[in-house]
Amino acid sequence: MRAFSALSVAIFKGLLRDRETLFFTLVFPLFFIILFGSIFGGSSPSAQKVVRVGDVAILDALPADAMAELGKIIEFQGPEPLEQALDEVRSGDVAAAVEQVGDRIVLHVSAADQVKAATVTGVFNGLVNESNLAVAGVVTAKFSLDTAQVEDESLTAVQWVAPGMIGYGIAIGATFGAAMTLVTWREKKVLRRLRLAPVPTSSIVGSRVMVSLGVALVQLVIFIGVAMLPFLGLQLRGAWYMAIPLVICGTLAFLSIGLVVGAVAKTAEGASALANLITLPMAFLSGAFIPLDAAPSWIGATAKVLPMGHLVSGLQDVLVRGQSASSALVPMAILLGFAVVLVGIATRLFRWDNT
Amino acid sequence: MTPAIVVRDLVKRYGDLVAVNGVSFEVGDGEFFGILGPNGAGKTTTLEMIEGLREPDSGTVEILGQSPYPRNSALLSRIGVQLQASAFFERLTAREQISTFAALYDLPSTRSDELLEMVGLTDKAGTRTEKLSGGQAQRLAIACALIQDPQVVFLDEPSAALDPQARRNLWEVLREINSRGKTVVLTTHYMDEAENLCDRVAIMDAGEILRLGPPAELVRGLDAPVRISVEHGMLSEPAARQMLADLPGADVDRPDTVEEDISSIIITTTRPSPVLSELAARDALAGLQVRGATLEDVFLDLTGREYRA
Repeated sequence: MRAFSALSVAIFKGLLRDRETLFFTLVFPLFFIILFGSIFGGSSPSAQKVVRVGDVAILDALPADAMAELGKIIEFQGPEPLEQALDEVRSGDVAAAVEQVGDRIVLHVSAADQVKAATVTGVFNGLVNESNLAVAGVVTAKFSLDTAQVEDESLTAVQWVAPGMIGYGIAIGATFGAAMTLVTWREKKVLRRLRLAPVPTSSIVGSRVMVSLGVALVQLVIFIGVAMLPFLGLQLRGAWYMAIPLVICGTLAFLSIGLVVGAVAKTAEGASALANLITLPMAFLSGAFIPLDAAPSWIGATAKVLPMGHLVSGLQDVLVRGQSASSALVPMAILLGFAVVLVGIATRLFRWDNT
Repeated sequence: MTPAIVVRDLVKRYGDLVAVNGVSFEVGDGEFFGILGPNGAGKTTTLEMIEGLREPDSGTVEILGQSPYPRNSALLSRIGVQLQASAFFERLTAREQISTFAALYDLPSTRSDELLEMVGLTDKAGTRTEKLSGGQAQRLAIACALIQDPQVVFLDEPSAALDPQARRNLWEVLREINSRGKTVVLTTHYMDEAENLCDRVAIMDAGEILRLGPPAELVRGLDAPVRISVEHGMLSEPAARQMLADLPGADVDRPDTVEEDISSIIITTTRPSPVLSELAARDALAGLQVRGATLEDVFLDLTGREYRA
């Protein structure tokens, strides 16, 4: 027992003092959660900026509530002189410049961003049409149109980014942890030294498993905690607590991948390269980085045979898709199955020594 | 006295290469035993079979009456091992390494500071092992090998790649360990290390023990000529030759020789006593140096080739 806890402490301290590993297991996935979560974040697209040139009577004539409604889509700036306004359109700072010459509304847009141009043009088309109808005496419109998103309001980018990155972060943490410990301990003859001490092998393996599970749970708490910060706005829907046993099973599966990598590789550099070679493509093919809905169907099929695919979709189900606790059981069983098979392979390939 | 280690007819082959070819010896309790030889002589393989890291193809090993192979936990807590490379946990300090190793033997870390002091690393207790010099790391590895107060200590080339001062410091530590009654087995490729430390030395080459005995005895058994050198100007080369010719009792088979270099006249002789008295009588002892045979000469004599570590 003393050997087990001392080895766990030794591995854990070694990890805490290893900036590179800390970066890849904690900072790197967190960076992606924040980056993607905030780039694609927010449930409504941000308002387009339009600059006024001189007086634009049609806007000034709008009642206050109509102007407020319009302000959700378009943020007005100015007034500014024409030349200055056109420069801003050209440089992409604003979506359009609008001026009114008599009864003619002139909208200056840039062909460089056609989406913005089309959005703004559409809005002004509507505005002009409505004003014409008002002038013609049609006061109340018979039809009105409201748009609504089909997804739950909370299904923003962070909802699919977070489970994917949690899965990826936990996978690389476990894989690299096991592989690097095995290879560096063999390279530096620590394994040999342990073999010459009266320590049961179970204490050696158990301590490494213990540290990896601890690290994975810390990752889970930090990643979810950060993703739930207001500016990212992750909302947990479903049996979120099932993420804990899922992450434990996922960690065991990826630990065993790391053990195979560590058994095969001879040097730390080799182990690192091999671990990346396995986890990085797997992350893409498993939907950890990109939503699989948009991907070709063969990727979706591949995801079903990769452990990371099961970890990520299992996490999505219980964290954001509002699935029940039992939905996690199948991915957990599959992950444990991977662990059993790979530990068997790793045991056969295990060497105490490089020579 | 019961031997601490008994090795009988050890053989280890790697494919066609016979790394160890029928090695036998005994190490007495409390003895400082050295295995000396150039790289590739089979020292480390022999040591690894004794420690139980490798299974011999044939032959037997007993340490304290027990077989070390397969892995024998009861025996492992009675032997201490320092490996050729410094085997430390990554990014731990010297003191943390010792307390971790202590826990591997199910011991509290109360002796950490005492051990650090013994190997002269008290001021490095909080330093990570990656930052230690080669000599410091070797001494820490030795401290880690002593944590469970073992009866037998194995050291594999402890002074490899150390500077002369670090080697002297290490030797002090090793003598101290041996003086506490521990049996020490050391491999080395340094002749002077074996001569300085070991009670007995096994000289190995090409997987076999060529000669085994106390260093002084091995050297004496060689009956090698002695080199006497005196300062230039004390004696001219022809005068030296004349002096040797006039001395009675010349060895016909191994005649004396005289050489001259920039600073001295060097006489190589098998009858040093009359030569030295004659030099003294001539008052020609300025800068005198007398160098007897060393283990290097024994090795040269045994293998017919220069010793190169």
